[in-house]
Amino acid sequence: MRLPGTTRGPKVHGLMTRRYEDDLRLFGSGKAKLGLLALVLLYVFIPFFLTSDFWLSVLDYAGIAAIGALGLNLLTGFTGQVSLGHAFFIGLGAYACAQFGGPDELGLPLPVWLFCATLFGALVGALIGPFALRLRGNYLAIVTLGLIFLGEHLFRNLKDITGGNSGTNVDSEASFLGLDFADLSFAGENFSFNQGYFWLIWGLVALVTLLVKNLVRTRPGRALQAVRDRDVAAEVIGVQLGRYKVGAFAISSGLAALAGALFGSYQQFVSPDEFGLVLSIQYIAIIIVGGVGTVFGSIIGALVLGGLPGLIDKYSDSIPGVSTGSGDSGFISVFSLNQAIFGLLIVLFLVFEPRGLAAVWLRVKAYFKAWPFSY
Amino acid sequence: MSEFLQLLFNGTALGARYALVALGFVIIYRATGVINFAQGGLLALGAYLAYALNDTAALPFALAVVGAVLLSGVIGAATERVVLRRMVGQPVFAVVMVTIGMLFILEQTITSIWGFEALNLGDPWGVQTVRAGDVVLATRDLWTIGLAALVLAAFFAFFRFSKLGVAMRATAFDQEAALAQGISARRVFAVSWGISGGLACLAGVTLAAGPAALSPGIGAIALIAFPAMIVGGLDSPGGAVLGGLIIGITQAMTTGYQDDFFPWAGSNFAAVMPYVVMVLILLVRPYGLFGTKEVRRI
Repeated sequence: MRLPGTTRGPKVHGLMTRRYEDDLRLFGSGKAKLGLLALVLLYVFIPFFLTSDFWLSVLDYAGIAAIGALGLNLLTGFTGQVSLGHAFFIGLGAYACAQFGGPDELGLPLPVWLFCATLFGALVGALIGPFALRLRGNYLAIVTLGLIFLGEHLFRNLKDITGGNSGTNVDSEASFLGLDFADLSFAGENFSFNQGYFWLIWGLVALVTLLVKNLVRTRPGRALQAVRDRDVAAEVIGVQLGRYKVGAFAISSGLAALAGALFGSYQQFVSPDEFGLVLSIQYIAIIIVGGVGTVFGSIIGALVLGGLPGLIDKYSDSIPGVSTGSGDSGFISVFSLNQAIFGLLIVLFLVFEPRGLAAVWLRVKAYFKAWPFSY
Repeated sequence: MSEFLQLLFNGTALGARYALVALGFVIIYRATGVINFAQGGLLALGAYLAYALNDTAALPFALAVVGAVLLSGVIGAATERVVLRRMVGQPVFAVVMVTIGMLFILEQTITSIWGFEALNLGDPWGVQTVRAGDVVLATRDLWTIGLAALVLAAFFAFFRFSKLGVAMRATAFDQEAALAQGISARRVFAVSWGISGGLACLAGVTLAAGPAALSPGIGAIALIAFPAMIVGGLDSPGGAVLGGLIIGITQAMTTGYQDDFFPWAGSNFAAVMPYVVMVLILLVRPYGLFGTKEVRRI
């Protein structure tokens, strides 16, 4: 199965990779390194001058979405395995966070519960992986859809662990080496919950991006892309299908669980309603809008779509036709508008720009690279 | 025994609805190779159209249903022409996602026109029942089974004997060869989506009739018809009907007997039972009961 990632469509001229060594680079060269430095500076200083809780929480949610989307893009974008079950693994991570980190449960420290939640997600993902060996394309999509419903059933019925329908508190300690991200203070300055979590979440986004980028540029990454482009052919040239398909499921689910653990500890409360089909679709929308089969597309997509619900909610008063309260005369509610926009973005991007914002960015870059002779 | 018969009847009525939806999936899949996730949206839209024709335009119920079925068919064909035609040759993933996107748009269109409140479809069946021994048969369920059987028989006759039906089967079998014979693939695609839209509307009406009431949530039944389609095999119309009945009856039996046999499975286990059945069957037969095994070349 081919995906609108790297194998088709018009040639994008922004990618002027001439040598194999350039293709293998982890950090790009010259200007790209400067750009990276700018991003690091932004990461360090954003919480100092952006103190509005609203904007910080938008960025925090976007960062969590970016981690989950990186996982989904690895599975769907790079390995070509369609999964509608991503939300299940996000939920798994959130409940695992409550279990491993909660003071009444195991009460492990921050790095340990993050690691345990990730590992737990990866193990469950590895159990689901073998289905991908037997089922392909549409059949796999519908089995992973079943995962959502079975998962939701489990979340609602394992009341001792998940708190059933009413959900559970997640009060895992977010402190590490004397730094409590929930109530950060150093060098005599105090920072709010949102500021602390910004550093925690986006630090992990950077780490995960590095891991995924490193994975896809090396031998296993090329094997995954060979599986995506045609799995039988990949097997013939010596790619062990079982190992790579199950591996992709495990890593992707692990990253989803990591995102879920952060989600749970950031919200401090989770309930089964949050991990339904809609969440899976949101993650798929993120990678489609960002760019299927690209690493930085996942992050752009998460920034655009992760921030969207919050923005619509905040500015719903000034959007015509949107009703904010029960007595309001608008024809569409904020929730409906969000859903409709997700649906519309998926359809429009797939029909008109199947390579996503990542391709738009490369085109813009190429235009300015050749400016003013842009032909 | 009477409890068993009662559950069997309920399951058959439920299965008939699944069969209608699953047959819609299969017809589109055979013609175009697309799994249409928007079927649930079309189903809800069809039921709302019947409501609008009956309640707002004051047509008699039977006429309103026929009108809604025709309108849904036109909407289905239009969807194919406007959106799906552009996706020809795109990867499976992209096409599936487009239909999911359409599902979201359809659902929100429905709620912004008709709101979230449950409406009364205005059907003549209401809550009437017929007694047969100890078994209580709801009139709407009898009508559902009868209508579904009639429609299914009509479709199998259509595929077997009519020129267009044979053309559709030829296109499903080998698109290029069919084109070479002068069959218009566009017409086949449009008719497939049209038929599927009509079937969805009929399923929606039978689902919203009587005590169930009409609410935007009825589209969710399409998510349970997926297992029905997969169990039967993606490209087998007969399999879709059988799959629908298997899933419907299993679900009804689970509702009835869960407390006696496996209470540990948690409340409302019947809702996820179709997926359990599907996974078990797929583990044994990865292409469903009657699906064609895909031949893969390098």
